[in-house]
This record gives sequence, C-alpha cells and structure tokens, in this order.
Amino acid sequence: MIRYLYADQLDALPKLRDSMLRDRATQFHDRLKWEVRVDEDGFERDQYDTLNPLYVIWETQAGTHGGSMRFLPTTGDTMVNDFFSHIIGGGEICAPTIWETTRFCISPDSESGSQTAAALMLAGAELGVGFGLSHSIGVFDARMVRIYRKLGWSPEILGTDGQGRDRVSAGLWEFSESARLKMAAKAGISPELSTHWFRRAFGLIEKPTEKIAA
Amino acid sequence: MQEMLSQATTLEALQGFVESLRDVYDIEHLVYHSVNPKGGQYAALTYDPSWVERYIEEDYARIDPVVQSAYRRFHPVDWKALDWSAKTTRQFLGEAIDAGIGNQGFSIPIRGPSGQFALFSANQKGNDDAWAAYTNERVSDLILIAHYLNEKALEIEGSEERGPVRPLSPREKDTLTLLALGNNRANVAETLNISENTLRVYIESARFKLGATNTTHAVAMALLHGLIVV
Repeated sequence: MIRYLYADQLDALPKLRDSMLRDRATQFHDRLKWEVRVDEDGFERDQYDTLNPLYVIWETQAGTHGGSMRFLPTTGDTMVNDFFSHIIGGGEICAPTIWETTRFCISPDSESGSQTAAALMLAGAELGVGFGLSHSIGVFDARMVRIYRKLGWSPEILGTDGQGRDRVSAGLWEFSESARLKMAAKAGISPELSTHWFRRAFGLIEKPTEKIAA
Repeated sequence: MQEMLSQATTLEALQGFVESLRDVYDIEHLVYHSVNPKGGQYAALTYDPSWVERYIEEDYARIDPVVQSAYRRFHPVDWKALDWSAKTTRQFLGEAIDAGIGNQGFSIPIRGPSGQFALFSANQKGNDDAWAAYTNERVSDLILIAHYLNEKALEIEGSEERGPVRPLSPREKDTLTLLALGNNRANVAETLNISENTLRVYIESARFKLGATNTTHAVAMALLHGLIVV
C-alpha cells in the first residue's frame, strides 16, 4: 500500500519509520557510498528530515518499508538549492507549484524493485495531480537515469556534475494525468485505488461515521 | 489586486490588502499569519478584534486544529480534514462560530526560507457542497496569493531597500532578458538550449520571486528593479 506521511505522522509508526531509515542507510551509505551520516541506531537521517517533510512510502504486508521518497516544497529549504545550485546554473528554483523529491530508496528486501519504483513514481504523480503541482525537481546519481527511463517517466536533465560513479544530475519531472496512468500501469496498481489511497491519506474522503450520520 | 500588493511597503498596507481581498472574494474572512524562525509573529486578518483578543488571551492556538495541524503540513488543507473530535476543540469551535467565524475553512500552509512558515486561510459560512465548489474553483489562486502575500511580508519585514527577497538565478535572468527583447518562448528555449518545459520552470520560479501575476508582469518587474538590462 502507498502511504503518504509527514514526519510527525510517521513517528506514530516506528516499525515503518525505522525500517525506512535503515534501508536508506543500506542504500545511500553502504551501497552508493554517499557521504551521509548513519547514527548509532543504523539510521540514515539528514537535516531535511527535521523539516517535517512528506514521505511517500511503499508499505509491505508486514508493515515495513518497501521503498520511499521524500518531498519538500521549493519555497522553503531544499537540498537542490542549498547544495546543488551549481548544477542548475546557479541560484535557486523556488515556486509553490514545484516540490523537491529526494532520497528515492528501494528496500534491499524488495521482491520486485522495479514495481516498487513504479509505485513510488505513481505516488509522486498522485501528489502532483492531486495538489495541482506543475513539476518536481530532484538530484540523483547516474544509475537512476536508466531506472527512470525504464519506468517510462524520465526527468528532464537541468545539469550534471562529476564523472563515473560520482556523476550526479538535477532534473525535472512534469506532472500530468498521463504520467500518473502510465506509472499506475507499470506498478500494477489501478489508478482508482491509487487515488483512493491518496484521498484517504489527506482526509479528502468522508469518514465512514459521517456517512452513517448523513 | 496584485498591483495593490506589489506597491505595499508597510505591514499596515498588507492588512488593507487582506481586507480588500476579502471583499473581492466575497467571503466571510481571510487570515494570514506568519511565524519567523526567531518566533516573531505577524498577522493580517479580518476577524473581529474582540475574537482575536480572546483567542490570544485563552491561548487557543494550543487547541486550534488549524494551527496545530496545518502548520506542520505544506499541502492545502480543508478544515473538515482536521480532527475536531476532542471536547475542548468542539467547545472552541462553538465559541468561534458565535464570534462570527464561518463553519467552513481552507488553509494554505507556506514554507519560507530558513525555517519561516505561515498560514493563509479562507473562511466561509455555508454547506459542504457549496464550499467544495468554491475552493475547487479557486485553489490555485489561493495558493498563489498566499505565497505572494508571504513573500511581500518577508520583504517588508526583512530589509530597508524594497525589492524581491530572493534573487533571480542566472538562468532566470537570461530567460527574462530574452523575453524582454521580444523573443517568443520557443526562441528563448532554443537560444538557451533547453526545452520549453524547462523554460516554464524558470519562468514560474522567476514569477514567484518577483510576485508577478504573469510572464509580462515578471519581465516588467525585473526591468523596473534593474534586475535585467536590455
């Protein structure tokens, strides 16, 4: 199931939260060798996790992390503007309709990584369409370019820095209903169910008790 | 309306803007409330002063679900999606309604630079369907206005010299300069070797920073502030 949780909401689900932070440590610290901090609990966390970001999480049947990414609006502090400004030609990109996405992570225990990746992209599209956003901006390493291409929703590259394994790019995804439908098909999730998860997470569906009262 | 906002140079003028906007929108109330990282607060709102006084006196921010919940989010929130179930919350709501606050609300949380945050709320009396129709039609508008208002408040609070708080990036300047020279979007994108989609992002970001309603307005503002030279 796709979950949409702000950090303060995720704190109420320690199993999901902790498995996400451990999987992030595995992916970004152990495997990709990024210069990220892992604390004594084995959690990978940075300063943007303290800004009450919105996480999109694929939750497994067991209630653990299957994959996730993190969103923050570009009107506030973002990684791309704070650290990767040189890649986007200097300065900052800020607009209420553009959200930053970071820490795209797939659990090493995931049985179908590409399907989980598609589910996360679907969740991103759901946010875009549901909240009237125009684009998301993200910084990613070289290997992700191929993954996004395979999923059929490639970002438009704004700039690239570094060589080989250290190659990082900043890119833009344009939100659209067609992208949403495409990702739903790739993820094997019906677009209606996906919208239902989205609407339920943000309280956009009448609560059952209210229906009874009506 | 946008003109009135772009010319505002004092916080009192912002209060005037919020009041006029309420009339234009033909709505019960509008509220803008900002908290900077040092804890300083500023509000421009149309609620009755006696309710504001009572609210502060009773420290209702503690139990107000709009403050407690929406402030921590950054997506637009209909007040119906908030948790009003606690007894104290229902009492608070009853008192607010007695004070002339409408039963419907919609809030746009705003994240600003360096941990600043703010909330812009629209408030109305009426039934659920009418309110849903009202907000659906205006959500994009409300989001833009909320952010322009916030940028303006930051600008007024922040510096002696007037001008946008966030500088234009080199690519945004290139974009606006080429547009100012009379190029169309396709030409500009080609000259800068980017797609029209990416160009749209630079224009959108520049518009936000300049508090401009449209692209032409953004070009005019950039010229006016001497941010681009043609």
